[in-house]
Formats: sequence, C-alpha cells, structure tokens
Amino acid sequence: MEELLPNLALGFQTAVSLQNLMYCFIGVFVGTLVGVLPGIGPLAAIAMLLPATFNLPPVGALIMLAGIYYGTQYGGSTTAILVNLPGESASVVTCIDGFQMAKNGRAGPALAIAAIGSFFAGTVGTILIALAGPPLAEMALKFGAPEYFSLMTMGLIASAVLASGSMMKAIAMIFLGLLFGIVGTDVNSGMSRFTFGMSGLADGLSFVVVAMGLFGFGEILQNLEKGQEVSSRDLLKTKIDHLYPTWNDLKLSAGPIMRGTAIGAFFGTLPGAGPTISAFSAYAMEKKVAKDPSIFGKGAIQGVAGPESANNAAAQCAFIPTLTLGIPGSGTMALMLGALTIQGIAPGPQVMTQRPELFWGLIASMWIGNAMLVILNLPLIGLWVKLLTVPYRILFPSIMVFMAIGVYSVNNLDLDIYMTVFFGFMGYIFAKLKCEPAPLILAFVLGPLMEENLRRALLISRGDPTVFFTRPISAVFLGLTILLLVVMILPAIRKKREVVYQEPDAV
Amino acid sequence: MNIKGQEDFWAGVMFIGFGALAIYLSLDYPFGTGARMGPGYFPTWLGIIMALLGVAIMISGLRVEGPKVQKFAFKAMLLLGAGFIFFGWAIDHVGFVIATATLVVLAAAAGRDFRYKEVIIMAIVLLIGTWALFIKGLELPFPLFWWR
Repeated sequence: MEELLPNLALGFQTAVSLQNLMYCFIGVFVGTLVGVLPGIGPLAAIAMLLPATFNLPPVGALIMLAGIYYGTQYGGSTTAILVNLPGESASVVTCIDGFQMAKNGRAGPALAIAAIGSFFAGTVGTILIALAGPPLAEMALKFGAPEYFSLMTMGLIASAVLASGSMMKAIAMIFLGLLFGIVGTDVNSGMSRFTFGMSGLADGLSFVVVAMGLFGFGEILQNLEKGQEVSSRDLLKTKIDHLYPTWNDLKLSAGPIMRGTAIGAFFGTLPGAGPTISAFSAYAMEKKVAKDPSIFGKGAIQGVAGPESANNAAAQCAFIPTLTLGIPGSGTMALMLGALTIQGIAPGPQVMTQRPELFWGLIASMWIGNAMLVILNLPLIGLWVKLLTVPYRILFPSIMVFMAIGVYSVNNLDLDIYMTVFFGFMGYIFAKLKCEPAPLILAFVLGPLMEENLRRALLISRGDPTVFFTRPISAVFLGLTILLLVVMILPAIRKKREVVYQEPDAV
Repeated sequence: MNIKGQEDFWAGVMFIGFGALAIYLSLDYPFGTGARMGPGYFPTWLGIIMALLGVAIMISGLRVEGPKVQKFAFKAMLLLGAGFIFFGWAIDHVGFVIATATLVVLAAAAGRDFRYKEVIIMAIVLLIGTWALFIKGLELPFPLFWWR
C-alpha cells in the first residue's frame, strides 16, 4: 500500500514521455476510429495493427494497443447515440436510450454523459488495478499447477455461462478451442500433433490467424450477406449545439455511473466476462432500481450513463487478471499478452517486479488515454459522423487488404493466409449455427497452458486427480465453477439470463 | 427423421465430427497414464467430451423446435476466399502490387454493387496507402514486383 505512490509516480514518469504520449494518442485515435466504423471490432483491429508495433519499444507497443482497446469503447458509444448504430457489441444497449435522446435534440448531453461516465469508470478502473495488482501478483506467485488449472477452468466456464445463446454450445466451443490450441509440437514429447504434416503448423496456429479469421473475415461475410447498405443509416441532421448536460442530468446520472462502474469492475476482473455483459447488466440494473421504469427506451439519461460506465470499467479491469496472473480474460486480452510475448517478455506475475516501468507505465497511460479521449472525442464528433458516410462497399475491401497484410507480416508465411480463410469460413458457419466464438478464442489461448498445468499437477500427485480438491485455493476455484454451472442450470436464473440478453431487442 | 431445430442439430453434428477427428488423430500419439501424460492424453479426452456434448446438442436439435439454418452466401465466400488465397500465393511470387490489386477487385466483386471506376480508384488509393504505411513506413520486406 505504501508503495502505491512511488509506483504510480514511476508510471506517470514513464507515460508522460513525449514518445509514449504520442503512442497513447495514436492508440486512442485509431481506437475511436475503429469503434466508430461498424463491422470491425476491437479484436480484429488490434490483430491488424499488431505488426505495426513490432518495432516499437515494449512499453510503447503496449500503451498503443491498450489505447486502441479502450478507444473503441468510446467510439462505439458515439455512433450508438448519434445514428443508432453500435460500433461494437458493448455499446448495443447504449443505442436504446442514447439514440432516443439524440432524437429529442439532446445528443450533446448524451455524448457528454457517456464521456463523463466512461472517464469516471476509467479512473476508478485505473485505481483498482494499481491497488489490486501487487497483492494479486504476490498471491499468484504462490500458485502451483493445480491452482492455475482450476483458475483457468473457472475462467473458461465463466466465459461460456456469460456468452449469449445456448450454454451447452458455448461449452462445446471451449473444447473445440482447446483442441485448436494444442495444434503444433507438444513441448513435452516433441511430437507434432494435428499438423497434417504441414511444417508451417509446427509452432501451432497463430493467434492472429484465428482471431482475424473468426472476427475479421467471418464478420465481413456476415455483413455482406445482411446487405444492410449504408443508406439505412439515418444520419441525424440536427446540429449538436449545447453539449453540456444540465445540473439535473448530472444529478440523475451520478447513481447510474457509480453502479455501472461497480458492475463493470466486477465483470471485467472476472476472467471470461467482459464489457458487453457488463453493459447489458448495468442497463437491466438501472431499469430495476428506477422509480419509474417506463422512462427507459424513451431517452432516459440513466440508460446511457449506466451501461457506458460499465463497459469502460470492464474494459479497464480486464487488465487485472491479464497483467497480474498472466491469464487473459478475453480474446482481446490474449492479444495483448501475445504482443508482450512478441516483445520477448514472458507474461505472468513476475512482470510487475521485473519490469515495473512497463506495468505502472501502462496503468498511468490508461488514465491519460481516458482523459485524452474526453478531450479528443467531443470536438471531433463531426469528423466521426462524416466517417460513417463511407459506404460499406468501400470499407470492406480495404479491411480485407489490411487483414491480409497484417496476417502475412507476422510470419511471412503463406500458410497463415490460407488458415485465415479456413477460420473465416468457420466463423461464418459458427454464426449460422448460433455458436458463440468468444469462448473458443479464450480456450484457444489457454489450451497449451491448461494441458501443461494439468500434466504437472498430475505428475506431482502421481496421477491422483483429487489434488484439485485437496489444495484449498484450487478447491475454491473449482467450487465457484461448479456453483456457476449449477446456478445457471436452475430454471429461474436460466430464464433471467435469456431476459438480460433479450431485453434491448424487446424495447 | 424429423429435425426440429436445425441450428442445434447441425451444431451437434459439427462438434461430433471435430471430436471424432481429434480422437482418431490422437490414436497415433502415445496416451500415457494420468501421472505421466503422453501427447495423446489431453486431446483424446477433449475429443471424447466434445463429442458427447455434440450428441447432447444434436439430440436437443431433434427434440426442441428451433429456427432453420439460414442460406450461405456462397458467392461471397468463394470470392473473398479466392482473393485471400491468391494474395497468399502471389505476394511472394508476383509481388505486392498485383497481390493487393487482385484482392481489392475480388473482394469488391463479392459486394452487392460493383462499380468499375470506383473499384479502380480504390485499388490505386489502397496500393499507395499501404505501400507508404507498410513498405516505406514500417519497412516490411515485401517485393513490389516479381523482378525484385
């Protein structure tokens, strides 16, 4: 605790260097851009821009990638409010009341409240990481193989439980992801597994390939099919003249912002959950605590403040398990760890002690980045709206080109391009069969780690599987996992889970 | 046989297929014991559990009413796939310029309306832009043409 101030001081010292401020700025700028453009999510965007960070110093690369990540949350909400188009999934709920506010001529206050809420949530998130990071990392250093295995099991099951749609399919997707994850050379025996004799697969499937295929290529196929050309975008012609929310707006929003931040911080820290579920939950929560729930859907500022704070808090807090335990909570976080590995840094609890400037610099930069977004976004709104008029028929071939170059530049391997097509088709098929790809990508990353920790745990226990239950910390993780599963199978809650996801459509 | 929920049914079939494939391929890898896991141990178990889940999902597709699987956009799949695969082959054989330009044209052809002039302008703009960013700026070692 008493170390907090010097640590943060070191962080800010690192983050405010001219170079790092620039990386941060580029990150949030590009992130907002990506968030504004529909049909390209944060995951695909980071995957595409990963090669651009290869030549940067590690701190700069991470700062920029993190900036892209939380920048997308801001950008997504801007378009949700102004044109009723969520730039990415976490801002779907913002559309409901945000767009209604805009229609009532209150676009300015809606945008301002979204920015203020996000900034507050981002600040709290930054403080939480700074507070929770060191003790968690210390605890994680004591973890053995059984604890890691159980923790990862919990994260994976949580991601399936919190995914939308059928839970059984989501769990099956976890197993598929784990299998894709172990493609390549087995570290223990040196044996090639599932490579079909292709030498390009000896090092395993590249994360960039899987992510770009499922979330880039697959998305484009879906969008092309929907054929919802840009003409459907009812661009708001009304000018945004008064940006500042009234005193009453602020008073109404204070509660939702606090509650949203708390919900987001909780779901964000939990491995497997993320901004989208946080935003949905925050909206449901606001509707529940409101004195008059009928105002929702008609431009209630609470319906913007809550979810917007929640998704930003979650985006921020997702860094907690990623940085302290070395276990990514989402596909995007896995990509951040991938970037770390490319920079030659092994992710895990030791990063904080061995590379303090990296850890604390990143945290400080997130706060600075959030501040930049508030300043950057409000005056640039006109520019973002203009961007929306770029038709999709021009947008998607450009995305394809960037994706192809991005994938190829990682290893200069043509096989990577062909595999991207395979995963693109898989992503398209998954969408047709209503199988949620998020749990798969998380399992894909954790696959080799899980096998290794299972192997070690069983080796130490001489093949006795009860080791996972006799070690207390491991038993707690597994107990929570089972609890999560049981609770979800209970009919009452199962129904509720469906309601939480369907509510926005119903309005 | 009457399939009530096509989405579930075919998802189940997919998981069974992948599970069976994993189990079959893992037969070639030593299984080992719990205490000394061989390379076949983990994937075999993953395959078995996934196939079982697949069976359960398939059965629910037979019993529970659900939506039909929507039609696939084969034309878009074909054109985008071809564009990518050509890019993968071409970038090392005939160079960045032809690889990228072809990808733009094939991708654009997958869209609803294809406007020749627009596509040509787009290809040129994208070529210059990506060349400046990736080859000049980030110094990625792509040959521009086959003679270089």
